[in-house]
Amino acid sequence: MSPLFLFLAFVALLSALGVVFAKNPVHSVLFLILTFFALSGHYLLLNAQFLAAVNIIVYAGAIMVLFLFVIMFLNLNVDTEPHKPALAKIAAAVAGGSLLLILVAALKDVQPTGATLDATFDSQIGMVDRLGLVLYQQYLLPFELASVLFLVAMVGAVMLGKREAGERNF
Amino acid sequence: MIELPALGWQSIVIFVVFALSLLIATYCTYAERVIAAFLQDRVGPDRAGPYGLLQPLADAVKMFTKEEFFPGGANKALFIFGPCLAMITALMSSAVIPFGNNVSFGNNSFFLQGIEVNVGMLWVFGVVSLGVYGVMIGGWASNNKFSLLGAVRAASQNISYELAMGMSLIAVLMMSGTLSLREITLQQSVAGEWHFWNIVKQPLGFIIFCVCAFAETNRTPFDLPECETELVGGYHTEYSSMKLGLYLFAEYINIFVASAVMSVLYFGGFNFPFQYELRDWLVSSQGWELASAQNLITVLGTVGLFAKIFGFIFFFMWVRWTLPRFRYDQLMRLGWTILIPLAVVNILITGGLILFGVIQ
Repeated sequence: MSPLFLFLAFVALLSALGVVFAKNPVHSVLFLILTFFALSGHYLLLNAQFLAAVNIIVYAGAIMVLFLFVIMFLNLNVDTEPHKPALAKIAAAVAGGSLLLILVAALKDVQPTGATLDATFDSQIGMVDRLGLVLYQQYLLPFELASVLFLVAMVGAVMLGKREAGERNF
Repeated sequence: MIELPALGWQSIVIFVVFALSLLIATYCTYAERVIAAFLQDRVGPDRAGPYGLLQPLADAVKMFTKEEFFPGGANKALFIFGPCLAMITALMSSAVIPFGNNVSFGNNSFFLQGIEVNVGMLWVFGVVSLGVYGVMIGGWASNNKFSLLGAVRAASQNISYELAMGMSLIAVLMMSGTLSLREITLQQSVAGEWHFWNIVKQPLGFIIFCVCAFAETNRTPFDLPECETELVGGYHTEYSSMKLGLYLFAEYINIFVASAVMSVLYFGGFNFPFQYELRDWLVSSQGWELASAQNLITVLGTVGLFAKIFGFIFFFMWVRWTLPRFRYDQLMRLGWTILIPLAVVNILITGGLILFGVIQ
């Protein structure tokens, strides 16, 4: 394990804990952004440059901006924080604990693969052109279906933003 | 484990690019005043030093010595963090821009570029999309309704214009087939044949990209986040001293980077006309060595790239002092209902032209 990996893992875990434990929701969002950066660093270590860049653009750059946007409007602070009943807290603890148990049980026997660099290792595997070839040959149909989904969402957004006939905003 | 690039040389280049960004941003404040004065038929700054050239220094002294003010009820940590973040993201984006071709000393050849990665375009795009956090966090932490409105405007404006910007880039990437900015630059000039810069092949895409660059850097006519007539000072209403200075500085660095990206993507980057002819003439008629002729071409190309960048910076300022500010609903309508459909049409046209072999 390289020191870079250990550092990134440390940052990722610490900021992920920060997301949960921060009192202020804006701090939570900022910790989550830091977590995404640490994850992008892991992708870079795995030689997946494209995935790292897209993770930053889509998650840290676009989705988290929307999160922050909404949270700023909600005006959440200590005074307005709802007090949850004890039953809900116990239920959350049980659900979270059992999820943790399942994850530990599932990951306990995993054999790590790809840790050794043998002769068949392809250093170009995470590069943009290789990824494009896989997406457009092996997974063409799912890829196109997903892109149609995005197109529908985009057209919907433009339609919502368009002024209807006779409507005046000013 | 990724290999770090040749650190010795690369760190010099990174340091020079960093220093140049700061220097250019400093003198952008001066240029802005001089150009404003020229366009409005005034004298402009002429007191500090010859032709007022020391004006940025005087401004810096003023900024540093002003009172540091924290508004009541502000989130102090985030209030400081906001301008820092704006500055960091502004400085990060110039890392992948190729400021020149390679120079060679003996057997060693170096790129005049911070880091050469094969996802360079995505890096610029990602860092630009992060730039809005500085404005948002600063505006929110100020505990001021005008600041918050400015921050929210900045966020929605940046997200809206990122879409059109990304789609106008896709047309360029369809032609180049690579995300590396260096490769895109090199493809715009081929020795021994007529080869045009991307602006000739992508006029519509360039116009879309340019409009989006104005919106992403929060420049007039799209400077709604700091619209004085509606929002006092927008997101930096509560800021004073050097924290305000960092915000203003970050804006100028963003303009510099946006100009550099436009020069690289659409105006040939470090290529200039007849560069190969000049090199061959130097080698054949003047008896130069090929390597030193190539080095001269590289230096001239870097000078040429900076000339293009300064041209774009002038264009940014020219527009600022010429056009009035858009209304907010006009800004959103331009982005969503005009620029995005236009960018889609541009992708279709580019795809058709590539399919029928008109452009490559």
